Amino acid sequence: MNGSLTQGREITVETPDRKSGEFADRLFHAITIAAACFVLLLLGATALSMAWGGRLAFKTFGLAFITSSDWDVPAGKFGALVPIYGTLVTSAIALLIAVPVSIGIALFLTDIAPRWTRGPIAVAIELLAAVPSIIYGMWGLFIFAPFMATHVEPWLSEHLGNSPLVGPLFSGPPIGIGMLTAGIVLGIMVIPFIAAVAREVFSAVPPSLKESAVALGSTRWEILSRVTLPYTRSAIVGAVFLGLGRALGETMAVTFVLGNAHELSASLLMPSNSIAAAIANEFTEADTELYRSSLIALGFLLFVVTFIVLTIAKLLLMRINRQLGRTS
Amino acid sequence: MAVPARRRAADVVAFAFASLATVFGLFWLFWILWTTLSQGAAALTPALFMEMTPPPGASGGLINAFYGSAAMILLAIVIGTPIGVAAGTYLAEQGRYTRLAATVSFINDILLSAPSIVIGLFIYEVVVRSMGHFSGYAGALALAMILLPIVVRTTEESLRLVPDQMREAGFALGLPRWRVTSRVLYRAAQSAIVTGVLLAVARIAGETAPLLFTALNNQFWSTSLNGPLANVPVVIFQYAMSPYDEWHTLAWAGAFVLTSFVLLLNLAVRVVARKGTRS
Repeated sequence: MNGSLTQGREITVETPDRKSGEFADRLFHAITIAAACFVLLLLGATALSMAWGGRLAFKTFGLAFITSSDWDVPAGKFGALVPIYGTLVTSAIALLIAVPVSIGIALFLTDIAPRWTRGPIAVAIELLAAVPSIIYGMWGLFIFAPFMATHVEPWLSEHLGNSPLVGPLFSGPPIGIGMLTAGIVLGIMVIPFIAAVAREVFSAVPPSLKESAVALGSTRWEILSRVTLPYTRSAIVGAVFLGLGRALGETMAVTFVLGNAHELSASLLMPSNSIAAAIANEFTEADTELYRSSLIALGFLLFVVTFIVLTIAKLLLMRINRQLGRTS
Repeated sequence: MAVPARRRAADVVAFAFASLATVFGLFWLFWILWTTLSQGAAALTPALFMEMTPPPGASGGLINAFYGSAAMILLAIVIGTPIGVAAGTYLAEQGRYTRLAATVSFINDILLSAPSIVIGLFIYEVVVRSMGHFSGYAGALALAMILLPIVVRTTEESLRLVPDQMREAGFALGLPRWRVTSRVLYRAAQSAIVTGVLLAVARIAGETAPLLFTALNNQFWSTSLNGPLANVPVVIFQYAMSPYDEWHTLAWAGAFVLTSFVLLLNLAVRVVARKGTRS
């Protein structure tokens, strides 16, 4: 009797404690949910502030902002065609190089390399992704662009410059700075991003599928082309889009070797511009409201395009993750 | 039964290609590292860590840039980590299986790869414009915005790896949820979260684009975060693009220090993380 009374008292002592626990629980929940919403808010705010900052340019030029190649600062005329074109061309060159190489690396790491070399090689490739982009830019400017100018570009313009179909792409003086060099540097930069995802995706192919192919007498190449690639196709495309998202928005590596020119030229050997490089080069020099607004409008376009590209990448990659039984 | 020659040839070609691709990828890594190390080592002097960024044509060091970078990175960690850990906790614990958590996780992945120059523009529009001048605070906020999604992601992933039995044991003891998370789960996931923060630091240390028009640059010694602040990446950018040899040398020295810092941090984190999973 006495004992149960004491116990009863103890319970009454504990009740307020439990209540404060509930309050703390609710507070903790509120804090974490606020932080999570903050992440959403950041993305929304970025889009809105870009649209708001660029409204003057969009209002002044309308659709011509995208279709005109006039970038005349003193006259206050801004058309974004050259940076848009430069961004697309350099990213295309980058993917042309990076996609086959990355798939080759992923294949090498999952199927060919001796087991003990896989770890170190994978780490080395990942370090390539960790090198700051400004280092790529410096290396591109001081080492790679002169190399292109003396060894690669003269050969290109001599042998391909006069051919009927691709000639215009490779004509012009070999100065080393231009869309081709920028595209190659970009390609080297995105290799590790695509390779890392492709490797993960390749290793997710169920062994039983590969073993069945082996049992049917397939060569390793046939396993890759008839089993692994068809099985992982959508995820590989996702990895490529992820690389594209990186390439489109990359700033420093491109700014160094693109030449900041605002003339539209078909030749890949000529200097050009990209959206990110134009912003990086000119934003602090923008002295009029319209100039600054035009650069922010460029940023808005870049943001929207990369958002779409990355969303596609994520959706394609989610499918394979679900096959792997992961939730994220 | 022999495999027909054509099929065997296709096999050999494909695998030669894969091996070559790997050599190709590693080739650039070594070329870029070799350039940075050889050019940078030649430019290393004690003055680098003792003198300020010089005017054109003079020699000097980068001490003000090192200070500015360190200050902004520290501030970015202080701002970004708590928010990131809290958001990651929501994704893995509080909001597990909710639609909001799925959306935030999705958006976070997009922020993770968003162009950093756009983040610089955003901070310019929101912070620099309203303050009226460039500042170290703006630079730190831009860096924090790059660090944040990395911390969110690693927190979410490392909390997911904690076995459910730990949560159940905590609840069985009558602990409220927040204590289970803070006393049990955070402790279990601690080293993975720290790893994530360190990798994020390695990433923001080399970020140049978001600092160009937030922190700007400062040629003089300034400890105030409330004004333009020198920082390593932007100094490297300006000096490398300049026509002066002395500045080029300093840019290479800066590149050397920056690259060594980033790569060593990456390697150290990997070694520690591997040890952690083995034991």
